[in-house]
Amino acid sequence: MLVETHSAAQSAFLRRYRRRERLIVYVRWGLLALFLGLWELSARLGWIDPFLLSSPSRMAATAASLFASGELFTHISVTLGETLVGFLLGSLLGIGLAVLLWWSKTLSRILDPYLVILNSLPKIALGPVLIVWMGSGVEAIVTMTLLISVIVTLCTVLGGFNEVSPEKLTLLRSFGASKWQCFCKVVLPGSLPTVVSALKLGIGMSWVGVIVGEFLVSRAGLGYLIVYGGQVFKLDLVMAATAILCVLAALMYFCIAFLEKRLRDKRGETAG
Amino acid sequence: MEPLLEFQNISMRYHALSGETDVLENFSLTVEPGEFIALLGPSGCGKSTLLSLAAGLLKPDRGRVLLRGEPIQAPPVHMGYMLQRDHLFPWLTVRQNALLGLQVRGNLTEAAQRRVDALLKSCGLWDFADAFPRQLSGGMRQRAALVRTLAVDPEFLLLDERFSALDAQTRIYLADEVKGILGHDRAALLVSHDISECISMADKVVVLSRRPARIQQVHAIDLEGGPMQRRSDPRFREYFDLLWKELDVHVG
Repeated sequence: MLVETHSAAQSAFLRRYRRRERLIVYVRWGLLALFLGLWELSARLGWIDPFLLSSPSRMAATAASLFASGELFTHISVTLGETLVGFLLGSLLGIGLAVLLWWSKTLSRILDPYLVILNSLPKIALGPVLIVWMGSGVEAIVTMTLLISVIVTLCTVLGGFNEVSPEKLTLLRSFGASKWQCFCKVVLPGSLPTVVSALKLGIGMSWVGVIVGEFLVSRAGLGYLIVYGGQVFKLDLVMAATAILCVLAALMYFCIAFLEKRLRDKRGETAG
Repeated sequence: MEPLLEFQNISMRYHALSGETDVLENFSLTVEPGEFIALLGPSGCGKSTLLSLAAGLLKPDRGRVLLRGEPIQAPPVHMGYMLQRDHLFPWLTVRQNALLGLQVRGNLTEAAQRRVDALLKSCGLWDFADAFPRQLSGGMRQRAALVRTLAVDPEFLLLDERFSALDAQTRIYLADEVKGILGHDRAALLVSHDISECISMADKVVVLSRRPARIQQVHAIDLEGGPMQRRSDPRFREYFDLLWKELDVHVG
């Protein structure tokens, strides 16, 4: 049990702890500021060629003009939409397949070598085939995203399901639980942390899928901006689109991290 | 009086690629209502298989397991199975853990919930009903697991090496507590390779041979009181020596 009133030593410990936490946050932001500052400075003083390496101010100006013309929102929403749809489909399909393979050990054994090969295959290699099959539209991009994220999700989640201790299952079966009850009461809640990890992996993979998809086929989106910028040698555009991508990916990751924290609070994993 | 639990000529054989193993051969045993029987035998002699059979988790190759004269087809409703470790689910509170069996059975009535509350109180866990298992001490976790087992109002308990994973002090303390809470109206089948534990808890100790398990000897333990009290009885030592020799003879 925690003691409510603090001794002097406890107060000192808490002060030290908070000071270190603050320092970590300051240094984190400081590093970013230093990086951007040095970059800007180098460009202005001519240490680097801003035509090739751009600079924070040029990136900001490019983003501002995209924003002013209304294009920025279009590109962001296209990429974000594709990522979300691909991520959701990939996760649902991956988790669904994991449930199926957990259910049937025989099926799991049969498909095992295929999963191993599919997992190690760079799915990007299937890009040209996808374009032929699905045309050069959003469908091909979403399919590419789904392909990239589904196998990782499936393998991670299935691994989590299979790690649930057999004794816990025996305990539940001794209460007369059916296989479905075993799944709902032990297997799924017991591997929720792994499922969340799989989602974190999946979201990262989805960004890869979308950007590669947009490189191959697209008329809009951040990946399109990057490829277009490269082709016409507008490196400011390439860098600005990349920076926006960075921010979006981070935001989405934090959303999942937030959900994870809520989950952990609810399950008492942060208590005691 | 009709026996509560009956093993009738049970034979079990496990199959693996490396060959087959006889675990039980023509095994018969009767448990009367309220009787506490300890099965004492060397590790891997098939003791735990007997519990799985009584729990309805396994079917015998030959022979029958009867509960009040009826063959056991599925895990009986009023049966409590305690495994070696507490296996509390870390994502559920103590109370939710305790209600697990009732929930799975679909028996989450108000009367049942009141019974669980009463059990939590009598086991000193009432103030921790909404705490998570990680916030409990080792002894409290064991008691929470006990409440979960008793929540289904079992008429008999299966205890699988229940106390062997604990340190000596907790083991004796908990054994005392289990005996106290069980009272005399519930039957129990304890599987153990710990002689002292068997003597301190059971009315009858059944000594098993090595695999395939056969009954070597049956000893009625004529001691009064709980495990703590029994351990201080001078005859405890005599029973211990007797059982030690017996176990030694056919193991060694």
